[in-house]
Amino acid sequence: MKTPLTINELYTALKNKEYSLVELLDAYFARINANHDLNAFITITDDYAYQKAREMQEVINNNPNAFGEFPLLGVPLAMKDLYLTKGIRTTAASRVLENYVPAYSSTVFERLEAAGAILVGKTNCDAWAHGSSGENSDFGVTRNPWNKDYVPGGSSSGSAVAVAANMALISPGSDTCGSIRLPSNYCGVTGLKPTYGAVSRYGVVAMASSLDTMGHITHSVEDSEKVFAITSGPEGKDSTLIDRKYQKLTGENKYKVGIPKEFVEQGISDEVKSSIDSFANWLTDNGHSVVEVSLPNTKYAISVYYIIQPAEVSSNLGRYDGIRYGNDRSTFGMEAKRRIMLGTFVLSSGYYDAYYNKAMKVRTVLIEEVNKVFEDVDVLLAPVAPTPPFKLGEKAADPLEMYLTDIFAATANLTGIPSLAIPTGFTKNNLPLGIQLMGRKFEENILFSLGKKFQKQTDYHTKTPQS
Amino acid sequence: MNFEPIIGLEVHIELSTKSKMFCGCPAEHFGVSPNTQVCPVCLGLPGALPAANKLAIENCIRFGLALNCEVSEFSKFDRKHYFYPDLPKSFQISQYDLPFCINGKYESIRIKRVHMEEDTGKLIHTNLNGKKVSLVDFNRSGVPLVELVTEPDFRSVDAVVKFLKEIQLTVRYLGISTADMEKGSMRLEANISLRVKEQESKRVNELPDYKVELKNINSFRYLTKALDAEIKRQAELLEDGKKIKQETRGYDEDRDRTFSQRSKEEAQDYRYFPEPDIPPIRIGELKIKNLKFKFPELPSQKRGKYQKLGLSANYIEVLVQERARADYFETALALAKQYNISEKEIAGVMVNQNLDGKFAEPAGLVKKLVELQNVDYASQADVEEAIKKVVLDNGKAVKDYQAGKEQVLGFLIGMVQKELKGKGKIELIKETLISYIHGR
Repeated sequence: MKTPLTINELYTALKNKEYSLVELLDAYFARINANHDLNAFITITDDYAYQKAREMQEVINNNPNAFGEFPLLGVPLAMKDLYLTKGIRTTAASRVLENYVPAYSSTVFERLEAAGAILVGKTNCDAWAHGSSGENSDFGVTRNPWNKDYVPGGSSSGSAVAVAANMALISPGSDTCGSIRLPSNYCGVTGLKPTYGAVSRYGVVAMASSLDTMGHITHSVEDSEKVFAITSGPEGKDSTLIDRKYQKLTGENKYKVGIPKEFVEQGISDEVKSSIDSFANWLTDNGHSVVEVSLPNTKYAISVYYIIQPAEVSSNLGRYDGIRYGNDRSTFGMEAKRRIMLGTFVLSSGYYDAYYNKAMKVRTVLIEEVNKVFEDVDVLLAPVAPTPPFKLGEKAADPLEMYLTDIFAATANLTGIPSLAIPTGFTKNNLPLGIQLMGRKFEENILFSLGKKFQKQTDYHTKTPQS
Repeated sequence: MNFEPIIGLEVHIELSTKSKMFCGCPAEHFGVSPNTQVCPVCLGLPGALPAANKLAIENCIRFGLALNCEVSEFSKFDRKHYFYPDLPKSFQISQYDLPFCINGKYESIRIKRVHMEEDTGKLIHTNLNGKKVSLVDFNRSGVPLVELVTEPDFRSVDAVVKFLKEIQLTVRYLGISTADMEKGSMRLEANISLRVKEQESKRVNELPDYKVELKNINSFRYLTKALDAEIKRQAELLEDGKKIKQETRGYDEDRDRTFSQRSKEEAQDYRYFPEPDIPPIRIGELKIKNLKFKFPELPSQKRGKYQKLGLSANYIEVLVQERARADYFETALALAKQYNISEKEIAGVMVNQNLDGKFAEPAGLVKKLVELQNVDYASQADVEEAIKKVVLDNGKAVKDYQAGKEQVLGFLIGMVQKELKGKGKIELIKETLISYIHGR
């Protein structure tokens, strides 16, 4: 049986009774088993999934309006192991939480489950979401399904791999500085980093609270929008959420798209550059206008990010003090220790103004700069990363080099704007290429509208690796 | 040498809101069995996020307003980091550079700030199966806590006690806390240093270059003893020409001595930074007006009012000590007006006879007073009848009075009262008697 690529495809098959939910799960678990070497999952929840599948099958059999009432009925779901799932081990891919079984569930998981989605497992990621390659998990590296010698991108490595290799249909990740967009880009799938304040962070192991956003990975933009409509909106637990109901765009609009010259001028590979050019051509071919814009202060983004993020990390990880959650502080990995020490330093009295406070000021300047550009253009087109996927171990020894992978991701996180990563082709080595579209805050709908149109005319998002 | 103490205070007050500061758990925790009022937020579980209690913030601001503070238009929460087993997140959500209220003044004491934070859990050191253990109860974790910081404006232990009693009373009037020291809902820390008394030193306005922080003070009695002991210790050291170390000290009641807990070198770096999980808070003029509008009369205002009524200082203090009692008094007063019952009379029966304790409603008390009035006092006709008889029987005394011996009047009133078997109203007898004698 061929696993579906979209929710629509799944619904058609279920409505036509081509397979039952149990048979659907059989197919997915067969793929999970066959792709064990990709190491996309930390925990497989098959018992739980089959139980749910039988329940949902009853709904399909007995409720004529089942698909109307449950917008994600039977959708195989893999959650990044940062999302708390009540009664199901949640590790954040760290040995510290190796045996932690949470007493409550994250808002996103609760909403997806209530919509009918079925959890097949918890996905691997860089420990505590610290990493850009998927190599920093205490549960082993995750491999790129397009070529197992290459990194899948991180930190939501397992989520991107699970969707790309059809081990799940949708997979929520978290994006603090590209952690959804980068693995989506490296695995040839669609990834949404929503507006800060759109999707609840409640019940997700916090990395850097002012930057963390809860998005998801899917094959198609259409599904990304469907999931966003369910996960977005306040619930009274995350105080940073803004009360806005998601409004899907209808009709054809023409947009002015800006390409920040600082993102394409230098330091990017030819293949990445040509994906930007061809997407720009697609835009103009479809009646949109493309202009060059300038965001001069984005060159400070990664420096600012590597002050604010460790500061917040050092605060958020303090609770794993060895008194609760089983394992003590010696089980923290090198990267977490590095960030705890960096963050503790920049927040120390005497250094606060020189580092944290200054970084916050530059962040404000960045926000103003981005807002200003959005007075002129509707959308920004940019690369997700400077290069296509790199080889496992290539950057692992040099943290600074690794940090620079996030150079184009940081702007959206620091300024809180949404960004959608879309696959747009392949390198000559058959590794995925893609772009990101950034929009004004709470204008995910414009990004989705452009992305859907693009995917209607192209088939990159339907390509799946041979594994 | 003659020293005077320089004392500043930090007062923590637990607010008695229904729910905790950042979650929905009940805030009342006294005597509740351990760890029964907890949730992911107040346990600091992974992924849990705070949602601020609006009422607690409003009550913090009302407290600040009662202390004549300025309310910050723009305020925020900050994280204060330190490791302790009763602090499950490894940071306390508090306020650092933008507290809700600043620059207040209460009588002569300047109030530096009034800010909002969360309480910690509680450690219980005990024996379990013959083993010494420390247990943590998180029921208190996340209970709203207001911190009040004064400038070092106290010059005596008495002034400290007086101020704290007034703070306690004010908080109770506002209805925002029980401020019960024994139950820990009001807790104190004092900063103490000594300097040579003003008249003996030229450097009058200079503060000493050290301060000793006295922690964990849990009753007024304890407070007085601890402060006295610390002042004595410092005076002795200064007399000996020694320098006093800046440190944190506790008080040992059995030995009536303070002891060192932590020196300045061990002072913590709290690594404050803005709490990213709670957006900054703007408090508009209108909001402040609304909060002021809902203000009850405060003890100081009641005192002023009662003084105008002519009540004695002693009566006033007794009535003001409990807002419910003061309110009772005022309701009774309003009801009693039509019956010609005086303020002093009501205050008298409340203070001396605790009659308000017998009647749950002020109306009951007033009714009782009216009954006493009706039963006890003889009618105008009876009074006149008795006066006629007394005047006839005491011709000499009446003549003496008419001749100017005013003191005889008392004797005659006494005789009339005897005739009325004590049921006469003195004012009425006096009035009627005088006009009767003059009319003759």
